[in-house]
Amino acid sequence: MAKKQGKQTYLMQQCLTVRAWAAVGSKKEGQGPLASGFDLIEPDSTFGQDSWEKAESRMVSLTVAKALSNAALTYEDIDCIFAGDLLNQCVGTTFGLRDSGIPLFGLYGACSTMAEGMLLASLLVDSQTVRRAMAVTSSHFCTAERQYRFPLEYGSVRPPSAQWTATASGAVVLEEGNQPPYLRAAAVGTVEDLGVTDQNNMGAAMAPAAAATLRRFFADTNTSPEQFDLIATGDLGAIGSQLLVELLQRDGIDIKSRHTDCGLLIYDRQKQDVHSGGSGCGCSASVLGSYLLPSLRDGKIRNLLFMPTGALLSPTTVQQKESIPGIAHLVWLSHEKEGIL
Amino acid sequence: MSAIFLSYLKAFVVGGLICLVGQLLIDFTKLTPARILVAFVVAGVFLSGLGLYQPLIDFAGAGATVPLTGFGATIARGVRDAVREYGFMGILLGPLTASAAGITAAMIAGLIVSLVFKSGDKS
Amino acid sequence: MVKKASPPSKIAATLPGAFLIGGLICLLGQTLIDGYAALGVEQKFCPVAASCTLVALAALLTGLNIFDNIAKYAGAGTLVPITGFANAVASPALEFKTEGMVLGVGAKMFLIAGPVIVYGVAAGVLYGLIIWLFGLY
Repeated sequence: MAKKQGKQTYLMQQCLTVRAWAAVGSKKEGQGPLASGFDLIEPDSTFGQDSWEKAESRMVSLTVAKALSNAALTYEDIDCIFAGDLLNQCVGTTFGLRDSGIPLFGLYGACSTMAEGMLLASLLVDSQTVRRAMAVTSSHFCTAERQYRFPLEYGSVRPPSAQWTATASGAVVLEEGNQPPYLRAAAVGTVEDLGVTDQNNMGAAMAPAAAATLRRFFADTNTSPEQFDLIATGDLGAIGSQLLVELLQRDGIDIKSRHTDCGLLIYDRQKQDVHSGGSGCGCSASVLGSYLLPSLRDGKIRNLLFMPTGALLSPTTVQQKESIPGIAHLVWLSHEKEGIL
Repeated sequence: MSAIFLSYLKAFVVGGLICLVGQLLIDFTKLTPARILVAFVVAGVFLSGLGLYQPLIDFAGAGATVPLTGFGATIARGVRDAVREYGFMGILLGPLTASAAGITAAMIAGLIVSLVFKSGDKS
Repeated sequence: MVKKASPPSKIAATLPGAFLIGGLICLLGQTLIDGYAALGVEQKFCPVAASCTLVALAALLTGLNIFDNIAKYAGAGTLVPITGFANAVASPALEFKTEGMVLGVGAKMFLIAGPVIVYGVAAGVLYGLIIWLFGLY
C-alpha cells in the first residue's frame, strides 16, 4: 500500500517497474528529433480510417498492442488500464480500447492524463490490489483542432504563442519487478487558475499548476531539484517553461538547469513550424516512451520527475469568458531502486 | 492602356490597404478574426449609409467591392432600394436580398466542395 | 491574478503579406469585373459576378487544402476579402462531412461565417429603420 507523504505525495512501498512501453506518432513527430525512439511512425495521419476520430482510436489500439508485444504479454495479462484523451467523452481512447477486453478506467486530465494514469495504476499495483496495470493516452492534431478550434481547412492565423497538438500516443505497462525504470513515487495535482484567458497561450495557463505540484512534491518529500537529473513537464512550451522557472524562483526553488519540456523535445522548433512547441496528451506520453523511459532504463537519466500539465478548459468555458484552470500530476521515475529519500 | 493599368493599381492599393487595416486589428488588438469580419461588414453598411463608400467604389472598383466592407455596402444599397420601393417592408426585404448572390454562391460552393473533397491534415 | 507577464511580441512581419495578398485578390477581382463586362454581362452585375467567382475560387482552394497555406502567410489578406467568407463556409462544410450531409454539412456550414450574416443583416435592418423613419431615401 503506497504511503501518503505530506499533502499530495504517495511513496511506493513495493518495487514498481515500468515493464514495457510504446510510443506511436505520425508525420510531424516522425520529422522530429525523437523519431528514432518511436515504436511506430505512421506518416498518414488518417491511419487508414475515414474520420479523424477513428484515426485517433486506431492509433491508440496500435499503441496498446505495441506495448503488450514489447512486454511479451497478452491482453488477458493486464488487470486494468487507465486511459484518457482530449476528445469529448474521451472517445479517442475508449473506442481504441473497445475490442481489447481490458477492464477500463476512463480518465480526464487533459494533457496531464499520462501522469494521472500512471499515478493511479501505481497505487493499485503498489497495494497489490492488481498485479499488472497499464496507462495510455493519445492526442491527434486534427481531432483537437476540429473540436477546440477550427475546421482544418479554415485559414486561421496561429499566433507565436500557439502550440501544435501532437498526433501521438503512448502506453506503459506497470508491475512489481526488478528492472529499471522504477516508479518510486507520485504526486497528485490540484486545480490551479491564475486567470489566464488566452486559449492561444496554454503554456501560461498551465505553468501555475506545474509550479504548485512541484512545490508540493518538494515540500512533502523534503527534497530539492538538484537531487533529480531532469524535471520534464508535458506541454508548457517555450513560454510556459519560462513562466514556470520564474514562478518557482520566486519561492527560492531553482529548476532552470534541469528543466525540460516534452513539447520542446518532440519537435525541432527551428525546422518545423510549430510555434511554441508541441502539446496534447500524446506529446508527453510519446516523449516518455520514445526518449525518457529508454534513457532511464539505460541509466542515461537516473532520476526523472515526469510532470505533464493539463489545461482544463472547454470550448464553452472559453466562450463564456472563463479563465483557463490547469492541473499537473507528477510521477518520479528512477534508474535506481533506492536513494534520495 | 494606361487607364486600365491605373484602375488595376487603384484596386490593388486600396484593397491592400483595407486588408492592412484588418491585419493591424488582428496584430494589435484582442479582436478575434470573427469579430473583425463582423466589424468590417457593419462598417461597410454604415459607411455606405453615410454616402462615404460609393466614392471609394467609383475610385477603386474591386479594391472596394471585394473586401467585406463592400459586402456591407451592397447590403446598404439594397436596403435603400427596397425601402424606396416597398416602404417599411423594404427593411425586411432589403438586406438578405441584396446579399443573396454572395451568400448563395458561398453555400453552393461549400456544398459542392464537401461532396467532392475530403478533409486533410495540415502539412 | 499574478503573472500575466511575458506574452510574446506580435511580429509586424504579417503586414506585407496582408497588403500584398489582399491587394492581389482585389486586383483579380478587378480583372474579373472587366472580363465579365467584355463578355457582355450587364455593368451592374459585373461586381457581383466577380465576387461570386472569387467565392467559388476560394471554396475550391479550401477543398484542395491550399487555402489555409496561403492564409497562414496572408493573414487579413485572405480574411478580409470575400474569400475569407467563402473559406469560412467551405471549411466547416468539408470538415463536418463525417457527421453527415444534414446534421454535419448542412447544420454546421455557417458555424464560422454565421455572425457575418447575422450582424450584416442586423446592421442593414437598423439602417433601413433609420432611413424609413426619417425619410432619408
